[in-house]
Amino acid sequence: MTQPIRLKTPLSGADVELLKVGDRILINGIIYTGRDAAHQRLFDLLKEGRDLPMDIKGQIIYYVGPTPAKPGQVFGSAGPTTSYRMDAYAPLLIERGLKGMIGKGMRSDAVKEAMRKHKAVYFAATGGAGALLAKRIKKAEIVAYEDLGPEAIRRLEVEDLPVIVVNDVRGNDLYIEGERRYRKG
Amino acid sequence: MREINVKLITEKVRDLCIKANTDLGEDVLQAFDRAMEKEESPLGLEILKELKENARIAREENVPICQDTGFAVVFVELGQEVHLVGGSLNGAIEEGVRQGYRDGYLRKSICHPFSRLNTGDNTPAIIHTEVIPGDKIKITVAPKGGGSENMSRVVMLTPSDGVEGIKKFVVQRVKESGSNPCPPTIVGVGIGGTFEQAALLAKRSLLRPLGNKNPDPELDQLESEILTEINKLGIGPQGLGGRTTSLAVHILMMPCHIASFPLAVNIQCHAQRHKEVVI
Repeated sequence: MTQPIRLKTPLSGADVELLKVGDRILINGIIYTGRDAAHQRLFDLLKEGRDLPMDIKGQIIYYVGPTPAKPGQVFGSAGPTTSYRMDAYAPLLIERGLKGMIGKGMRSDAVKEAMRKHKAVYFAATGGAGALLAKRIKKAEIVAYEDLGPEAIRRLEVEDLPVIVVNDVRGNDLYIEGERRYRKG
Repeated sequence: MREINVKLITEKVRDLCIKANTDLGEDVLQAFDRAMEKEESPLGLEILKELKENARIAREENVPICQDTGFAVVFVELGQEVHLVGGSLNGAIEEGVRQGYRDGYLRKSICHPFSRLNTGDNTPAIIHTEVIPGDKIKITVAPKGGGSENMSRVVMLTPSDGVEGIKKFVVQRVKESGSNPCPPTIVGVGIGGTFEQAALLAKRSLLRPLGNKNPDPELDQLESEILTEINKLGIGPQGLGGRTTSLAVHILMMPCHIASFPLAVNIQCHAQRHKEVVI
């Protein structure tokens, strides 16, 4: 297996084009959190032609709703949530410049098409590895929707956050390829 | 009659919520080890190692294994010789959940179905109480995450579907769930009873420690046949391809109506969390 690649955010179209399915990536820099309710709000703002609470150009959104941080902890447990629930909103965000998403589980054809067309990638983080992933988060602050509790949008500074490229800009899908490779009968 | 103050129940439920969410059972860790011996995918192997490391961090630092600390599902076996004083049983359990999720820094994940407004304290709990002989109370707290619960189904098969119908449905459910429920999963299967009882059997089957055989030889055989078929699917750890799609299949069965053949599949992620206490 190849060594992990270090990737610094924000991402350009060229950065993203170099990534291919199965690549193990260590993300460094700023990423944003957002899941179900936050996506609904971002989507509504874009539909109304209003500005988002953060600039998503070149950015990565991590689908996560963390546990509350314990005293002395930067961030609570923070593994990915299942991504298909964000499929209805993701194509518009990708069209507006979002370059990466971190979650778990397969994306819809519409999301994959948007990634291919606008050059974005989808990364999987290990679902259920919340304690391990939290240690790679060095700073965290809420940027919007504090009323949503665990679903508020947070700006995270991450160091070597381990993820795997599942969908690249060429339309490949590791979920499909991986399953095919190991299927028996 | 043995008198028990419900305050003790609150205290125990609080502790069980925290313990279940931070301390993954040895049976699950051993199941990871067994899976690592068979896993052919290098990436799958890396993921299994990551899950072991994650469990170690969670236990040592007393932090949640997974950010989805779940719906608090509580199984109570209440001895009929017990006289509870100081409040209601359900009230005491709810208070224990409230305190556990607050004091353990666990995520509050319960909301109104329409407004999605969070209840703020992870209540209500889902409480299943059974009255049994004796003067003890056994309480099991089994937090259940949303991702794997969403992949679960109940189906009313027809008697002519037979055992083959069960196999087909369970394997198909795991296949269609793909990477969503955080494989490697544990597949809980409830057969028989009624619509709601089948679902409860499926959930209850998940409480059996991994690696323990089904005491019914026929069901033990069926579990092993279904598991073999599931692990041929190739879904693998986290759905990225590999041999380990499920760690185990657990079945509970009871008689059903002559017209019916209920089947429930309750999918459990690898964070198979449950802790129990006997008072």
